[in-house]
Order: sequence, then C-alpha cells, then structure tokens
Amino acid sequence: MTRILTPTDEVDIKTHDGLWMSAVDAERVTGWTLKPEGMCRAESCVPLPADAVKGKDVNVEAFWKKLGGPVVANDARDVFALGAPADERNAALEGLAAPDFTLPDIDGVPRSLSQLRGKKVFLATWASW
Amino acid sequence: MWQQLYAELKDKNFMVVAVAEESRGADHAKQWIDAAKSDYWQLIDTDHRLEDLYNLVNVPQAIWIDEQGMIARPPETAGSTDHFRRMDLKTRTMAPEDQVARQAARDAYMQAIRDWVTTGKHALPADDARAGLPKVTPRIAEARARFRLGVWLRAHGSTAEGDRQMNEASSLHPESWSLWRQAADLDEVGKASGPDFWKRVQALGERPYYPPPKL
Repeated sequence: MTRILTPTDEVDIKTHDGLWMSAVDAERVTGWTLKPEGMCRAESCVPLPADAVKGKDVNVEAFWKKLGGPVVANDARDVFALGAPADERNAALEGLAAPDFTLPDIDGVPRSLSQLRGKKVFLATWASW
Repeated sequence: MWQQLYAELKDKNFMVVAVAEESRGADHAKQWIDAAKSDYWQLIDTDHRLEDLYNLVNVPQAIWIDEQGMIARPPETAGSTDHFRRMDLKTRTMAPEDQVARQAARDAYMQAIRDWVTTGKHALPADDARAGLPKVTPRIAEARARFRLGVWLRAHGSTAEGDRQMNEASSLHPESWSLWRQAADLDEVGKASGPDFWKRVQALGERPYYPPPKL
C-alpha cells in the first residue's frame, strides 16, 4: 500500500511502479474521473499523455504534473504528497470567495468556515513557536 | 488575544476564528488556548492547511471575510509590529517608547476591526483586495507539498527524513517564516526564537518582519 497525502486528505492506495493505480482509485485520490477524452472533473477534461494510461490504470503522478501540481515522495517512495497546483490556488484567491476549510477545534469537533456564512469573520492565525 | 474584542462585538453578527499553526498538535496548543479563556473558535491546523489555502507566511496573519463569504481584506499582519527587533536581547525588554508605539499600533488595528464590524469601514473594493493577494508560485506549491510530507514523516518516526523535507520546503519558500520556524520548533521547542532566528531577522535589513496592514 502507498500512503498518499493530498491537500485535504490522506489515503492508502494499492499502486505499482510509482503512482500507477486503477482509475477508480485515481478518482478517489484526485477527484478526477478517467474518460476517453482524459481525466475529467465537472465540465472540464484534461487530456492525458498516451503513456500515462494503460487499460484501466492511470499514472497519477503524470496526471498531477500535467495539472501543474507538485508530486513529492519519501526515499522509500511509499509515501507521496500531491500539492495543490499554484494556478488553482491563485484562481481561487483571485475570485475572492474565501476558500472553505474544515479543521478540528481543541475537542476534536470539526468546524468549517462555511458554517459561518451570514457573519463577518475575523480569521487569524497564531502559533506557540 | 481576541476575546475582549469578540465579547464586545459578538452580538453584531461577528465571529473570530483563531487557527493554531501547530504541527505538534492540539495537546501542545492546549495550554495557550486554555489561558485565552475564549468563546470563539480555536482550531488546530497541524498541516498548516490554512497557510496553503490562503498563501500565508507568518503568524499572526488575518483575513477579513464578509457576510457573503468574500475576502474583504487579504492576509495581513494581525496587530503585531517590528518593534521587537530593537529589543535588548539580554533582558528581552523593549524601550518604553517602543512599547508605547507597539501598543498604539495594536489598538489601532483592534479599532479598525471594530469599525469594520459596526460600519463596514476598511472593507476593500474587490480590485484592491485582489491586488493585495500574494501570488502562489510553483516553488511555493512544491514547498507546501514537501512541508506536508515532512510533518507526516516526523509524526510517523522518520525524524531525519522529515527534517530534510521541511528544510527543502523552507529553501523553496524562504519568505515563509512559518515553514522555517515550525521546522525549528519541531526540532526543539525554543529553537524557533533562538540565535538562528535572530540571524534570519537581522538578515532582513530594511525589510519588515511584520509588514504593517495598509489600513
């Protein structure tokens, strides 16, 4: 099993030769679905390089890099992190809709920014360090 | 830090969300959260996810979000100032005039929040809010991924390898104090404000550590 860290999730996936995996798992990891025209999400499709699909398997590393996202791994290559593409982050921020997130409070209760719609929110960071 | 302001404004459709950028986790953050005696949200962000989403580089930074969920002010320093850079490192105290100036800047920032909540003042027109957003570059995106991997590796026993990923993250995104200081803190509590920190601060020269908000 390979541990894959995405910007918002962490999953164990059966892979081979890096990040080759079934199209079903690729969708679980990336949110994009394999179709004849490429990897698709909502209305948009990204064509895949010919050597990034074999039968029902997808090379998620090749796909993610095509999206413009970073793919990094530990030395043993059994833990990967897929980072959000820079363009995706910039487009989201430039739209000015505050990106939603869910984080636990001190008791472990998950809280989402979107629960606060209708209020002015002062969102501030801090740290002990 | 924000409790007094929140208590004063909470009946005016206002909420404070304080997010601890704390890879040591909730147990470590708890003592400060307990001491704050707050009744707004205090959230724990071990992966610095908020910094990834909002392209943040230091703490404290704040984003002002309006009733429609739109960014009214982009990320800015939240009430801190650079006066600390002139403190006497032996006694760790600031000159009285610097203490006064620092408090005045903090008070002005609090007043700006108050004005925004009660009158809408200081909310930026969309183009100005957009202009204040720092750009995410591919190097920054890779730094975030390496930082996330580093935090995970450290939490799962691969300390040296995790460190290496976090150091790599910091060299890809040297403007981020959070990436460097969190890595230093995970290495050893206190290291984030030790001699290496001060060397880095001095190397800024005329550049700010806490750029003042453009209120």
